[in-house]
Amino acid sequence: MPLAFTILVDAITYASWLFVVSLGLTLVFGILKILNIAHGSVYALGAYAAATAVGLVTTLKLAPAFSLVAMLLAAAVVAAAVGPLLERTLLARFYGRDEVLLLLVTYALFLMLEDVTKLVWGVNPYFVSGPLQLFGNFQLGPMRLSGYDLLLVALAIVCGVATWWGLNRTVTGKIVLAVIHNPEMSASMGVNVQRVYTGAFTVGVFLAALGGAFTAPLISVQPGLSVSVIVVSFAVVIIGGLGSIPGAALGALVVGLARAASVHLMPEIELFSIYLVMAAVLVFRPEGLFQSVKARLI
Amino acid sequence: MAAPGDAAAATPAPGSAAPTGAAGATAVRAAGAATAASSRWSPARVALIALVAFGAVAVAALLAPKWLLFLTTMALSHGLAVLGVVVLTRGGGATFGQGLFFAVGAYVAALWPQLPWGLGSTDAVVRVLVGMAAAGVVGAVFAPLLARYRGIFFAMLTLALSMVLFGLLSKSNALGGSDGIPVPRPTLFGTELGGHARVEYLLFLLTAGFTLVASLVVAVYWRSAAGLVARAVAGNALRVEYLGASARASLATSFVVSGLLGGLGGALTGLVLGHVEPNFTNWTTSGEFVFVAVLAGYQSIAAVFVASLLLEVVRSFSNLYFPNTWQLVLGAFLLLVILFRPAGLGSLWQRKRPGGKAP
Repeated sequence: MPLAFTILVDAITYASWLFVVSLGLTLVFGILKILNIAHGSVYALGAYAAATAVGLVTTLKLAPAFSLVAMLLAAAVVAAAVGPLLERTLLARFYGRDEVLLLLVTYALFLMLEDVTKLVWGVNPYFVSGPLQLFGNFQLGPMRLSGYDLLLVALAIVCGVATWWGLNRTVTGKIVLAVIHNPEMSASMGVNVQRVYTGAFTVGVFLAALGGAFTAPLISVQPGLSVSVIVVSFAVVIIGGLGSIPGAALGALVVGLARAASVHLMPEIELFSIYLVMAAVLVFRPEGLFQSVKARLI
Repeated sequence: MAAPGDAAAATPAPGSAAPTGAAGATAVRAAGAATAASSRWSPARVALIALVAFGAVAVAALLAPKWLLFLTTMALSHGLAVLGVVVLTRGGGATFGQGLFFAVGAYVAALWPQLPWGLGSTDAVVRVLVGMAAAGVVGAVFAPLLARYRGIFFAMLTLALSMVLFGLLSKSNALGGSDGIPVPRPTLFGTELGGHARVEYLLFLLTAGFTLVASLVVAVYWRSAAGLVARAVAGNALRVEYLGASARASLATSFVVSGLLGGLGGALTGLVLGHVEPNFTNWTTSGEFVFVAVLAGYQSIAAVFVASLLLEVVRSFSNLYFPNTWQLVLGAFLLLVILFRPAGLGSLWQRKRPGGKAP
């Protein structure tokens, strides 16, 4: 039984940050109809920025609790710097074009950001364990749990609820939904569609950076992060259904469980297990579990 | 399936060499449309031109410096994998995971000599063909699942598949993990190949020969009924379905063909390099294939190999001038091509065809 419990805890921890990242991916796809491959690069940027920010907190001898604020700020800075820049100067040129072409464009971005990250932060791994020690461990039944894991779960819940609330219960959200439904009609009603796109892309990018920033203490921050994240978060949104928020949550849980189970039982097939689950879901539900946006089928 | 466009499509485009011509001749029989091209491009004539071209290349390669020979061999073997990407994209499936087939071909060609029960062989031709076939089989296994998707879904699923193989290969101790495995030296038709320079020359000839044959076959395929349907699927799959052809079957066929080409390129690359590693199926490798495909455009076979050679030349200089920013340069150049020459290099010398458009 302890093994099952360990797997469950690992799954939930993994699912929580994965949900935050996938939420950004699914949001951008739902609103801008772009599957952003560079999403993984932004995640990596967030992780690196957080590593730098936490390092700064240590050098300035601030209270350790500030490192959390620093991580949050790091994600916000990355989003503010990268989001509007990419959307305005590049992606906006390609709206209405073939979606595969847009995929190529974000792929080119992904290639470029990969090297930019290496140029800025080098190729050596960064370790940021400060925030992890901040929360300590506690005993739950037979197991010792890390307090930081709880923080991640809380973060995921806050992000999910906030996004859902913002989209469905606020005026801005209603405007965004209108733009998703019909950009042309919204524009003729006086909605600044361009601004909605820029805003939505920035929020999506912020979620990726946030996921990166808050996982930085758990991993070694090094090159190659971005591709693993985009591959896994893609599996999440496909399982859940592209463009669906509850779908992303369920997808993250499914992927988290598959991964945790294989890590503890058969470590060789870690990535394989995730895609096995995805293939199984796709065989029975070709459009994912929540069919919010219809996948283009033949 | 004989569309009015057939006659135009079967006429060889000016400037492109033998491949296009061969296509004309066979397309006539395959598509059942009688056009004037058949008299000019009879199979015998095409075979003659191909042989002469191959002979000329073989003599030229004798005189070429060693580095150029190696560079050209790499350009051709990688170009074959890119040709797979182009075939698939023309058939309506954008792929980011061509590395999957590249690695399967390379690993199978590397491991084939160790096959028990006396089935294994060190012969280069056998190993290349087996590597190609293995990649084709892998393609055929996943084709039914992938053919249900198009556009971004298809692209991301191919990326995912190749990264899954990357994960498996990197963690497998039997296959050397992330260091990869050495490729046993090939023999050719039962004879040892001799010294290093001779091996390189013979492997170049082998690569050039396979490239020539593959290009001819692809040119024929593009002008056959199946090839034309594939092109229609890229244009509008729904219309193809209404016309009575199966878009899924067509996309699956394109996927298997791209697999065969990817496996062929991978097997040749492995033999020439003498070493295979999981990086063959890493996203960076697949990304370079996509890059060359976009650079070449989707119209001309010759453009694929020109673009591939261009990349290899730039790569060999990149270590000197921008060792740490290879991806950055690649990405920026990709953006420039997409922005300013969306139809690729091929569009520089390819005549505009009626109704032809780059996907």
